[in-house]
Amino acid sequence: MFQDIKYLSFGEAGILLEFGSVMDKEINLQIHKTAKWLNDHPFDGFIETVPAYTTLTVLYDPMKFIHFKKSAFELAVEQIRNKLESMPDENSSVGRTIEIPVCYGGDFGPDLENVASINGISPQEVISIHTEKTYYVYMLGFAPGFPFLGGMAKEIAAPRLSSPRLSIPKGSVGIAGEQTGIYPIETPGGWQLIGRTPTKLFTPDQDHPVLLQAGDQVKFYQITPEEYHAWEAEHEHHD
Amino acid sequence: MSITIDKPGMLTSLQDLGRFSYQQFGVIASGAMDPFAHTAANLLVGNPANEATLEATLLGPRLTFEAETYIAVGGADLTPSLNGKPIQNWRTYKINPNDVLEFGKCRWGCRAYIAVAGGFDTEPVMGSKSTYLRAGIGGHQGRALKEGDRLKTGSFTSTFKPVSLKWLMSRGLRTVYENMGRIRAVKGRHFDYFTSESQNAFFEKEFTITTKSDRMGYRAEGTTLQLERKEEILSEPVLFGTVQVPAEGNPIILMADRQTTGGYPKIAQTAFVDLPKLAQAKPGDKVVFQEISEEEAQINYIIQKIQLNYLQTGIRLKNREG
Repeated sequence: MFQDIKYLSFGEAGILLEFGSVMDKEINLQIHKTAKWLNDHPFDGFIETVPAYTTLTVLYDPMKFIHFKKSAFELAVEQIRNKLESMPDENSSVGRTIEIPVCYGGDFGPDLENVASINGISPQEVISIHTEKTYYVYMLGFAPGFPFLGGMAKEIAAPRLSSPRLSIPKGSVGIAGEQTGIYPIETPGGWQLIGRTPTKLFTPDQDHPVLLQAGDQVKFYQITPEEYHAWEAEHEHHD
Repeated sequence: MSITIDKPGMLTSLQDLGRFSYQQFGVIASGAMDPFAHTAANLLVGNPANEATLEATLLGPRLTFEAETYIAVGGADLTPSLNGKPIQNWRTYKINPNDVLEFGKCRWGCRAYIAVAGGFDTEPVMGSKSTYLRAGIGGHQGRALKEGDRLKTGSFTSTFKPVSLKWLMSRGLRTVYENMGRIRAVKGRHFDYFTSESQNAFFEKEFTITTKSDRMGYRAEGTTLQLERKEEILSEPVLFGTVQVPAEGNPIILMADRQTTGGYPKIAQTAFVDLPKLAQAKPGDKVVFQEISEEEAQINYIIQKIQLNYLQTGIRLKNREG
């Protein structure tokens, strides 16, 4: 497996490990397993890993790899190769399945009707299709805790808005092409919004600041506006 | 001791060298746009390189100091003055109670860094004091400074006593700002995706930094860059200085507040040692990218870090003489 990884220099302090070139859950699981192994067994000069769909970027401190014959990049690659040799061979499996409550439509999801009419189905059908599937978190990016989810049904696909909204409320659940995602913080964005979750995806004051982790699975379920507000009120109370 | 913000300036925020270990969760790195000026200012007041400084943009703040300390300003020349008397960048100054540091018009550059001995006493968020403006975390209450804010400074012990306040950081160390319009860069991962005309134009033709430029990224305009291979690119990490090209063909140079990942083709990676030049560039400024190898970029990076280590050692030795 690891003979297939390409090690590419990326900036002065980064190495991009290329595991493949097409979106594939097995490859992606391998990336998260590798990232975890390196995080748990850091080499001297290791800074962090940034996993993505088919790549894993490792950031390091070149000042720890000063040598008169070899470049810092070559030496850091050797370190990573060494670490990966001791990584156990067992197959990696998907992480936890996390259920996310969503209040669909109305002010919570102003584009629900639009997504329905684009696909020639009713809003309720969009909701049932969206809540039926189990999604896989390929990576986090774009905003803190923002999951790139794979596995959405083509029947509810919808293009990005031609003009992005300047501000999208946090917790908004959106669709862009054949992707679905959740906005953890208020941000501008062009996804079609079908609902909103009261669950917090980004909690910067916690040791582990994000709810979802790459490799996890996500399932959405529908709640009413009353349940949404009750959830929020309860959370405020606990704060 | 504390510092009162009498006037906040255009955009003044606390920044250190960035927030790492959390990019895997989509948390952006942030940090000083000009890491060289930030680091030099810190070293001049005896702080470690990663202590927070105040990053001021074009129009600097007006600050009143409550008690005695030392300060240094690095980066842009925003005509700093202390109690109405002009002071120089790249130099350590002693501050007495009620002293006022003020900035005037911008004579050169874009971003100035104000370092205070002992640093700023603010709780690091996810290991960093950098302000992440969009998420409202880090720095001072997660936001840019406002009039009336009071910033607590770190415990400044008497260990730092500059003997000679006349010493100015040497010009040799400031060569980072020579040839402001020449930005060295390494070919990006998707360089071959572009047409040969666009490949040539990228490393030969002039690009103008547009007004659509901020801490997140600079949009440049010049030759429209076109793709030969229009393949869908899966999102993958981007770095400080990554140059990506969206479909309309104008390059975006990603800066300190860049997102952690991006899905546009990467035409180039700006050399780390030339990021300070970009940080000091203003809308309307012109740049030409010059190709260098990965090896050269990394060697330059190491040399600059060694120079800053020398500066740190030099300052320590000088201050021990008395």
